[in-house]
Amino acid sequence: MKTGARTLIEALQREGVDTIFGYPGGVVLPIYDELYDSSIRHILVRHEQAAAHAADGYARASGRVGVCLATSGPGACNLVTGIATAYMDSIPIVALTGQVPTALLGNDAFQESDITGITMPVTKHNYLVKDAADIDRVVQEAFYVARTGRPGPVLVDLPKDVSTGVVKEGTPVPGTVSLRGYQPTYQGHVRQIDKALDLIATAERPLVYAGGGVVLSGASAELLEFMETAAIPVTTTLMGLGAVPGDHPLCLGMLGMHGTQSANYAVTECDLLIAVGVRFDDRVTGKIETFAPNATVIHIDIDPAEIGKNKKVDVPIVGDVKAVLQALLRRMQKRGDTANWVARIGAWKAQYPLCYRDDDHLRPQYVVEQLSDLLKGDGIVVSEVGQNQMWTALYYCFKKPRTWITSGGLGTMGYGFPAAIGAHYARPDLPVVDIAGDGSFQMNIQELGTVAQYDIPVKVVILNNMYLGMVRQWQELFYDRRYSYTELPPVDFVKIANAYGVEGLRVDEKAGVREALETALATDGPFVLDFRVEREENVFPMVPAGAAINEMIGVRQQ
Amino acid sequence: MKPHTLSVLVENRAGVLSRVAGMFSRRGFNIESLAVGTCEEPNMSRITIVVNGDDGVVEQVMKQTNKLIDVIKVSDLTKRESVERELALIKVAAETGPSRAEILQIADIFRAQVVDVGSKTLVLQVTGDTEKIDALEKLLRQYGIKELVRTGKIALLRGAKTVKSSK
Repeated sequence: MKTGARTLIEALQREGVDTIFGYPGGVVLPIYDELYDSSIRHILVRHEQAAAHAADGYARASGRVGVCLATSGPGACNLVTGIATAYMDSIPIVALTGQVPTALLGNDAFQESDITGITMPVTKHNYLVKDAADIDRVVQEAFYVARTGRPGPVLVDLPKDVSTGVVKEGTPVPGTVSLRGYQPTYQGHVRQIDKALDLIATAERPLVYAGGGVVLSGASAELLEFMETAAIPVTTTLMGLGAVPGDHPLCLGMLGMHGTQSANYAVTECDLLIAVGVRFDDRVTGKIETFAPNATVIHIDIDPAEIGKNKKVDVPIVGDVKAVLQALLRRMQKRGDTANWVARIGAWKAQYPLCYRDDDHLRPQYVVEQLSDLLKGDGIVVSEVGQNQMWTALYYCFKKPRTWITSGGLGTMGYGFPAAIGAHYARPDLPVVDIAGDGSFQMNIQELGTVAQYDIPVKVVILNNMYLGMVRQWQELFYDRRYSYTELPPVDFVKIANAYGVEGLRVDEKAGVREALETALATDGPFVLDFRVEREENVFPMVPAGAAINEMIGVRQQ
Repeated sequence: MKPHTLSVLVENRAGVLSRVAGMFSRRGFNIESLAVGTCEEPNMSRITIVVNGDDGVVEQVMKQTNKLIDVIKVSDLTKRESVERELALIKVAAETGPSRAEILQIADIFRAQVVDVGSKTLVLQVTGDTEKIDALEKLLRQYGIKELVRTGKIALLRGAKTVKSSK
């Protein structure tokens, strides 16, 4: 006989789990007791939200399923923002929560919350386990559902009496998972693929619009081969950065609300849009009626529900991006003549580079550029949400998939620092830098305790403008500079870091940026850099809400 | 915008109805009617949902419903030959006298059954499609409807074809 908790740990080990991010509490005591001498490493965070984000960062950096653990009630509720973040970006995590004993379910017991009910809209699936004998099957299903098809978070709720319950030793482990209601399509339909190839062969101005699906599917090599073979330029979404090398001549950088001019012009003028692992999000399309107005649209995605959801599609291809790109490459016989188009795009790139005022002020874009120059695309860069995120997306040159970790869909401030912790455990061989704003960093600043305790070498680069910068930017541009509740008083982040036992450095001058970054990167442990940047710097280009994406402000006009 | 009748085969498990209904409300789909019960397969239930929307909306409804892990199969019966039925119980004011006789006559025409007779009321049970029940309700309103309850619509394909679990 063994306990449910022991069964759980063994099931996690079978799934290859090496790290759990968690926070103990009453009803998970039996699970924590098993973890005490388990081979699975447990990282004690300082807030359950950070556990979910760390699991998410681990998943994004590694491509494996991230795992977090929290107690019932408040512990489980604190995971919700992290679960929703993972859900919006299709990140595979398994969230384990304790629950009050089954006999007390529905009784408003101490620290009871209906976490399966609460997380129903933000999980791919969830389970309330009522019998210890189901643990093996549920854990196996949870990991399978999380990582297959369109990935996503799965929550498993474990009442205390299930953890303490007994399971017969030697109970056979279920074999392969088979769910009659869940059978993702991986191979694209051949007829659709050939239709797409016909369009590609005749298009004069084709453009690939690539997103997070390329990264999730591990299809970077295929996409690169496809764009080079067919001579088709590529623009990526925020989530797709790094899917192809940012410095590739055919790469236009990011499109959308804060996209590059060349990317947004290319979308507007293209005659064939090949959408790969994307979902036509409103931050990408701007006014949807004017998005790619001249284009025939091919949409490749593993989730049939994304096809036709926001934009009418001419050739839908449901399937795994990697498999479909492989099929396209295999069956391609003729490519279109895109030379003029590629030349035109090259001219746009030369004519409309990203730019900011390059004077002796300490500007945030400069900090990101210097970091990019130092890491050369070989580290993992995580961001918070807001201006810091957009400057990183624009000014850091991502060269490889899974080196860029950011909350895209939900836009969760406070995500970056804990996600960076998770990324470190996934890729301890790489430097991990969290680019933060002073607002976002303060949303999960307590995790300084975690990085100090485990000596996690995450570097935090705060672009400190003492504002909630992105909201302030909107107030400046659209609300007559009425800075309603967006100014933050100065904080001595170095002192706070030091108080936790973490090294820190404040930088006020542009001249000190490079050296400070080098110092932080050369330090073995965690490090906090507080860059006091130009306070009212804006993120440009910018497409105002509701405008077409070629109607950008803050740019040289076409 | 016309009503579509969807037949949804689901795992017979706790919480499945709430997953389906929650997804509808979260995505802003309007449920006209919903009926759920066990079906020919022991571990499955069949939910019949009537939704309003243009073809694009209904396509999204079906795709999003299909995404739920516990949903086995979704079919739109509107595009195919099907039988659709609702059931209503109507408690109508019927004092003894000419109106009572009239009500019984109307019930007879609609092939409604009298399932309860009181001194002041009759309870009629009627089955049929939505329009038939609407028509009966309209006719009975002049006598005074005390209470009315309708099931959601249920539907099956005509002929030998079935909505099978081949997702």
